Amino acid sequence: MQQDQAKGPAIELINVSRRFVSPTGKSLTALRDFNMTVERGEFVAVVGPTGCGKSTTLNLVTGLNKPSAGEVRLMGGPVDGIDPRVGFVFQTDALFPWKNVIDNVMAGPLFRGKSKAEAESTAKDWLARVGLTRFLHHYPHQLSGGMRKRVSLAQTFINEPEILLMDEPFSALDVQTRTVMHEELLKLWAERQASVVFVTHDLEEAVALADKVYVLTAGPATVKSVYKIDLPRPRVVSEIRYEQSFIDYCKTIWEDLRQEVETSYRRASEAA
Amino acid sequence: MSITTLETGVAPIFRAGTSDAEIEAAALKLITRRKQLVLFWQIAILVITIALWELTSRLNIIDPFFYSSPSSIASRLYEWATEGTTEGSLWYNLWVTMEEALIGFFAGSITGVLVGVGLGRNRFLADIFSVYIKAINSIPRVVLAPIFIMIMGLGLASKVALAFIMVFFVVFANAFQGVREADRNMIANARILGASDWQVTREVIVPSAMSWIFASLHVSFGFAIIGAIVGEFVGARYGIGQLISIAKGTFDAAGMFAAIILVMIVTLIAEFIMTMVENRLAKWRPQQHMDAQ
Repeated sequence: MQQDQAKGPAIELINVSRRFVSPTGKSLTALRDFNMTVERGEFVAVVGPTGCGKSTTLNLVTGLNKPSAGEVRLMGGPVDGIDPRVGFVFQTDALFPWKNVIDNVMAGPLFRGKSKAEAESTAKDWLARVGLTRFLHHYPHQLSGGMRKRVSLAQTFINEPEILLMDEPFSALDVQTRTVMHEELLKLWAERQASVVFVTHDLEEAVALADKVYVLTAGPATVKSVYKIDLPRPRVVSEIRYEQSFIDYCKTIWEDLRQEVETSYRRASEAA
Repeated sequence: MSITTLETGVAPIFRAGTSDAEIEAAALKLITRRKQLVLFWQIAILVITIALWELTSRLNIIDPFFYSSPSSIASRLYEWATEGTTEGSLWYNLWVTMEEALIGFFAGSITGVLVGVGLGRNRFLADIFSVYIKAINSIPRVVLAPIFIMIMGLGLASKVALAFIMVFFVVFANAFQGVREADRNMIANARILGASDWQVTREVIVPSAMSWIFASLHVSFGFAIIGAIVGEFVGARYGIGQLISIAKGTFDAAGMFAAIILVMIVTLIAEFIMTMVENRLAKWRPQQHMDAQ
């Protein structure tokens, strides 16, 4: 068992299905026969049409939700409740607005029973790494969207997660800020070598960041295809987009993704 | 530099090349000017109202027997304060009412918050109790006054119970709603960061319900006073409600208005204190900015 845990991949989803049952008893399948493997230290991006069940996948890995069928394994062991090795960066602002920047970042270690002094010094350290040393005592509403996202990153990274889940974390940011955040994320990831699942609807973002890109089908989501991205690291996100191999990857994957997006769009307009 | 309008709050137009310091000074002047103007009208309206009341009463346009007049109300207040009322010292009577209202207010709001947060966090219990809460909530609270007085007597307990019940439901309903409105992502974030259920409640749920709870505390101090005074109407030995009740019995309009003004002052002071406490606790909330000038 111990041996097994040491060897297993970071995340495994094996034939996972997830159904939601509404209070009136109707069921909706968000995921069907979903298979995914994330190796340790690997950066995986998940792309798919909107509303196809990308976020559902992440919730299963955190342990916030349980699969209706199939198995989710982390580091070779089954998921039982919320796993302390997991960190999650949300799409929307999930900072605590009544806490200032440093208290927000300290929240994780304090929840986990660290001493206040220890939490404070590590929080300062992480805030320095994301360049917010001058804003320790600001409240979230006093910061720009990009700065708030940096606080979110520090808040998540301070717990030193071995598995990092990101649910369209930068989709609310403007293009320039987003590129800066990509660089920061890659830098932090390279230092820590965590295993990352990055959900996005932005294909270029996925190709620029990831080792592997999963394309999902229109809901109920299942894996349509997996692409390995062989671009050299360290990558400079602002420049990589002009390289021919990057453009080729984007073209190939987009051909694949487009059918699903069209299906999803057709269904949405039929329903309306 | 030319400033076009002051009173209407329209941003002034500056000549090109006006320095920042000049613009800031002008803006500051505009703000002070506006504040002064508002204050002026507030005082003017008060003075005019009181003067009209006094005048019409003196000229017998309104019957001073029923409507009294500001001067006789003032002299009644002065008489109560210096010589005491028929029911003993004014301060004692005021204290009795305050004691009833304050105990009822604190007990009611603390229980309201506890039960509201408790039920808000526990769906199952909330589903079971919601029907009873709705049923009890549909009773107009003042009809409970005679029962409380019958059970608990003419003293403190019956008024505290009435004030309590009036405060409890308002605070409870708001605390419950506040807990339900807490952001789901924020709760998920706290849990993934490692918070236990208790930590989620204390660090996320209660702070985010706080603005709801405070909104209810503002009205509920008024409700506590209502509870105490209605209780005193129905049966008491001392208190502001009892003073009003006696004034009514002797057709003493000035006495009734004097008591009303006392209650008004007390409630305003309480409101002021509450706003101060709230502002201290809610310093994280965005402040209103002036239109950039």
